[in-house]
Amino acid sequence: MANLLEMRSLSASYDNNVVLENVDFAVGENDFIGVIGPNGGGKTTLLKVILGLIKPVKGKIIFNDDLLKGNSIGYLPQISTGDASYPVTVTDIILSGMMIRKRLLSRMSAHDKVKAREIIEKLGLSGMERSSLSELSGGQIQRVFLGRAIIGNPKLLLLDEPGNFVDSTFENDFYAKLKELNNRMAILMVSHDIGMISSHVKSYACVNRSLHYHPSSEISNEQLLAYGCPIQLITHGEVPHTVLKTHS
Amino acid sequence: MEGSILQYDFIIKGLLGAVFASITAGLAGTYIVSKRMVFLSGGITHASFGGIGIGYYFGFNPVLGAAIFGILSALGVEYLSERQKIREDSAIGILWAFGMAIGIIFIFLTPGYTPNLMSYLFGSILTVTNADIIALGIMSVVLILYFGIFYRTILYISFDESFARTYSSYVNIFKYVTTALVALTIVLNIRMAGVVLVLSLLTIPPNIAMIFTKVYSKIILWSVLAGFIGTAAGYAISYFAGIPVGATIIFTLVIIWVVVKLIFQMVKYMKKDKRS
Repeated sequence: MANLLEMRSLSASYDNNVVLENVDFAVGENDFIGVIGPNGGGKTTLLKVILGLIKPVKGKIIFNDDLLKGNSIGYLPQISTGDASYPVTVTDIILSGMMIRKRLLSRMSAHDKVKAREIIEKLGLSGMERSSLSELSGGQIQRVFLGRAIIGNPKLLLLDEPGNFVDSTFENDFYAKLKELNNRMAILMVSHDIGMISSHVKSYACVNRSLHYHPSSEISNEQLLAYGCPIQLITHGEVPHTVLKTHS
Repeated sequence: MEGSILQYDFIIKGLLGAVFASITAGLAGTYIVSKRMVFLSGGITHASFGGIGIGYYFGFNPVLGAAIFGILSALGVEYLSERQKIREDSAIGILWAFGMAIGIIFIFLTPGYTPNLMSYLFGSILTVTNADIIALGIMSVVLILYFGIFYRTILYISFDESFARTYSSYVNIFKYVTTALVALTIVLNIRMAGVVLVLSLLTIPPNIAMIFTKVYSKIILWSVLAGFIGTAAGYAISYFAGIPVGATIIFTLVIIWVVVKLIFQMVKYMKKDKRS
């Protein structure tokens, strides 16, 4: 399995504070990695480094240009970006995800618009094509942004705290959808809620200034303690469940 | 005979002025209203008055002075707020008053009588020169081409700038170019409506359009149409009633906004009534 990207001894800072230090990390073609760690630990910074929004201060990030042609990365930001009352339709927002494959002057083709319609239908947003975000619920808005992230058919999908907004009725659909997407793209999902994602991801990256990668989705308590992540234990029994340990 | 030629000239000028003003104000207005840049645009407008004063004092075209002041202040505020070095609204407030202060000081220092001052403050079609109309016409073409070619890029960057940065390295260029064009649009329309009233020429038409559509391209089209009706009607009324044109245009636009809003609410209410 080829790597999509690789970080080598990478350090990154935010407002002059070092947030990530000496990170060695690779994302493979079909990975589904949960990025966990405390708030302020550098999870979002990791995504921003991959998106090129933050330049590393030390080390480097190497992209596999054959697989990640141009900007073929889909991104679902935390919901705060984008003005909900902005006069732009659901269809146009989803279409904006095609920009990762567009040159400056190229237009949206009829094929792009068909694709947008398909995604709208698949995400259960039919009938809202011409609505603006202010007319939708939080969960629906989240699905619009998910549509925007995947319409360009990226090789790598970055999700920043998607669990915050997924309404409970859509939660199962949402993770089923991710599983299906994982067949054709690698997924990196940031979450501070290990319990929520434990039964969906294939592996973990623990981020708290440093990054520790766990190839399997099972993490022992010792590992968690050593890395200073939130103290939770995840097991895979008959039913995936989470056991909360007492705080030390 | 001479009178009718003058009258004809006056009508043509007014009509062309109305067309170009509504095109430029409709395009730039949709951008600033959607992006909630109305206050920044107010700052640009009043800052440009400083350029008018300096133009008078040093004896060059006041519109040129206003354009330089307007564009520099617009780019300055964008740049500083980008770096998050300032409180944007306070900076705009300071700029707003500072521009007016410079303008007043330099106009005061200018020897002799300055007959056009009132026309810059409140607009006057009588002082609009052919050069002004031509400038507005060129501006209309530039804006139509710019928005036509880069429609989606402009829309997506202004809707969600941080997302646009993930796929494009042109975000800042577009932001600065669009803001500079907005500043230039405002300055060129100052002759029509005046420093004090010009902003409404940009903000009222999109607000009329947004009553019945949320599609960006349609807001632009309806804004231009609403702007034209308001400007042309205001112009005609001001001519026949002998009242200042800038104020009449804004008054007409607000009346249109109120009437459309009322009609739309009534239609909505009646539809609801039918369903129940």
